[in-house]
Amino acid sequence: MQSEAGSAQLNNSLIKRVAGIVTKVSDAFAFPLRTSHYIELVNPLWSTHALQARVEAVWDETSDSRTITLRPGLNWRSHRPGQHLRIGVPIGGQHFTRTYSISSAPERNDGCFTITVKAIDNGRMSHHLVRKLKVGDYVPIGVPQGDFYLPDAQPVLPLFITAGSGITPIMSMLRSLVLQERMPNTVHIHYAPHTYDVIFGRELKEIADRQKLYTLNLVHTREPGQKPEDITGKRPHFSKEQLEQLCPDWRKRDVYACGPQAMLDAIEKLYESEGLSRQVHTERFRAQLAGVPTEVKTGVVKFLNSDVSANSDGETNLLRLAEDSGLNPEHGCRMGICHGCDVKLASGCVRDLRTNALINETGQVIQICVCAAVGDAEIEV
Amino acid sequence: MGMPKHLSASDIEEFGREMDAIRNEIADSLGSKDRAYILSVIKWQRSLMLAGRIVVFLSFFLLPMSDWTFTGWPQFWAVLLLGAVMLGVSKSIENMELGHNIMHAQFDWMRDPNIQSNTWEWDNVCPSDQWKHSHNVVHHTWTNVHGKDPDIGYGVLRVTDDQRWHAKYLFNPVINFVLMMMFQWGVALHDLEADKLLAGKKSFKEIIPMLKRIGWKVRHQLLKDYVCWPVLGAAVTVPVTVFFGFDVVNIALAGFGFTIVANLIANGIRNIWSNVIIFCGHFPAGVHHFTKEEVEGETRAAWYVRQLLGSCNITGGKLFHILSGNLSHQIEHHLFPDIPANRYAEMSPRVQALAARYGLPYNKGSFTRQFGTTTWNIWRLSLP
Repeated sequence: MQSEAGSAQLNNSLIKRVAGIVTKVSDAFAFPLRTSHYIELVNPLWSTHALQARVEAVWDETSDSRTITLRPGLNWRSHRPGQHLRIGVPIGGQHFTRTYSISSAPERNDGCFTITVKAIDNGRMSHHLVRKLKVGDYVPIGVPQGDFYLPDAQPVLPLFITAGSGITPIMSMLRSLVLQERMPNTVHIHYAPHTYDVIFGRELKEIADRQKLYTLNLVHTREPGQKPEDITGKRPHFSKEQLEQLCPDWRKRDVYACGPQAMLDAIEKLYESEGLSRQVHTERFRAQLAGVPTEVKTGVVKFLNSDVSANSDGETNLLRLAEDSGLNPEHGCRMGICHGCDVKLASGCVRDLRTNALINETGQVIQICVCAAVGDAEIEV
Repeated sequence: MGMPKHLSASDIEEFGREMDAIRNEIADSLGSKDRAYILSVIKWQRSLMLAGRIVVFLSFFLLPMSDWTFTGWPQFWAVLLLGAVMLGVSKSIENMELGHNIMHAQFDWMRDPNIQSNTWEWDNVCPSDQWKHSHNVVHHTWTNVHGKDPDIGYGVLRVTDDQRWHAKYLFNPVINFVLMMMFQWGVALHDLEADKLLAGKKSFKEIIPMLKRIGWKVRHQLLKDYVCWPVLGAAVTVPVTVFFGFDVVNIALAGFGFTIVANLIANGIRNIWSNVIIFCGHFPAGVHHFTKEEVEGETRAAWYVRQLLGSCNITGGKLFHILSGNLSHQIEHHLFPDIPANRYAEMSPRVQALAARYGLPYNKGSFTRQFGTTTWNIWRLSLP
């Protein structure tokens, strides 16, 4: 057995080495590009310099959420149920990246995976994904990431707590458990506003009907037609009393939760107060955008590469600020022409002093000679 | 001719504000159309590159060494030249409409990780980082300022009366011709500032890291055009010769040699074309030059005026503008170097109207006029 495994490994590394040499030689023909840039002309999914996926199908789950089936390119690796990936979409010509959980099971055998996106109010990216993305479009993607997944040695008693589109990573886990036929004794509490906007509502009920060990508790947080601002009295959201009622043995269970910040905070607080923090696993998607202040704001600018901080008056350009702090960042014309001073914005918000345009997208390249911080900011200088 | 005398400082500032307004309006309107444009140019350029190489290979089947009815030297040369021209046009677009413009950060706003000024590398022996320094930082900041802009004559030519005559300029026409034929090599060595090196203002030690980087780029460029593709050219001739039962060695050698010829022609086309377009941007008759004193304490508005006076446009059709990387809109390019070049055409009439209102010249002319006066200037200036 061992020698067989050994020879398979040897074969594998030999294939890799040969492939490496072939790529190196063929890349010499394409310099300064790579062969992959020309292969992309034939089929973007075959390229290796940038991983892309083709939209194979779109399916409306509810009035404002959609499941998108994606066929990933060659360099894709399968995910573990619960993991997420980064997706880039050009909106108005600009590239935006967001992170979404994969909602399909890795056991799905057509080479595709799905994400399920809910259109958030004012969410540029989610609106584009839900309303504008068409079958046949190509989107750049990353490989699956994250440590929010069931361990191989499964917890004996999982308790899933989800709300709204927070169902997506748990759905991947449930589908995988069903396909593997190893559903453990599971309690699932899912919050959604109404019956008609439960994402995967029908499938969840089907699983509950067929799997004896799976208990589903759907909690509707609003009366039909009710708006959030009309709710009076006690809201049927997550609480200790409710948990005692729906899942009396909650102290014995490992919690996997995904949903709004407030709900996750409440769950973590409850388990912490009982000394059970270790049993809580949460998936949070932090907003990538910093708040956009409306006026000139002072703050602290942190130059990450040099570990230096400086107080900003909101008017002085970042290049000047860095120089006054004893740094010497690369630069050229000092008036926004040559892009010799471009660096990445790591967090916070800056203002282009020429146009007053605000830039608050993490990872965006900024010209520090014509940008000033608005409040606190971190840049890679 | 230096800065205009008829404008007051406040006039110039007002002019600058109006220029900013044009810039901001176009910058705000950038969107999916601009992205679609650059993506389609990339796609077409890469496809044309591949197609050109394939046509070159196809020409080998017409070599009179085989017995096939259609073979013969005229047919062979016609197809070979067609392939070489396709390749040359593709290389020109790659260098000018793609490389030059993308490395000016014109498309950085898209935040597409594959189309960024700091990672883009072009099909040219000059490493992109050195070009960005000599071009974006030095030339675009100090356009046409004597003693500051190394692009005035590139340290080897006399292109204006303001440069004092010296006996070495007797060779102006010859050097001009050689530079045109070898333009990419001139560009590659430009950032080394050879004139400072010879004058002893810069030590040889300083430029060693730059030379290493140039060496890396040159090695890969030469390997591609003069080793890899020729070897493949030789290889594609083999099946025919085996089929017809001809002398394998001779025809393979021909495949190797004629691929080199085609690539030399293609690189030559790119050299001549980019040289001609770039020379027409700053050297035709009527262009202004400036002294260091004139730009002392210069404001952004005065910088706009200098860019306008120091650049020249070439008139032409849409295809001509794309082939020249929109550097035929050199004035707009110098005023707004990081605005996507596909927008220069629509900015041009507004800039021209603005210049007219302030009584400033807007140097535009036909290709014949701009190239004619440029060449004439360079020839005439070889004499005192």
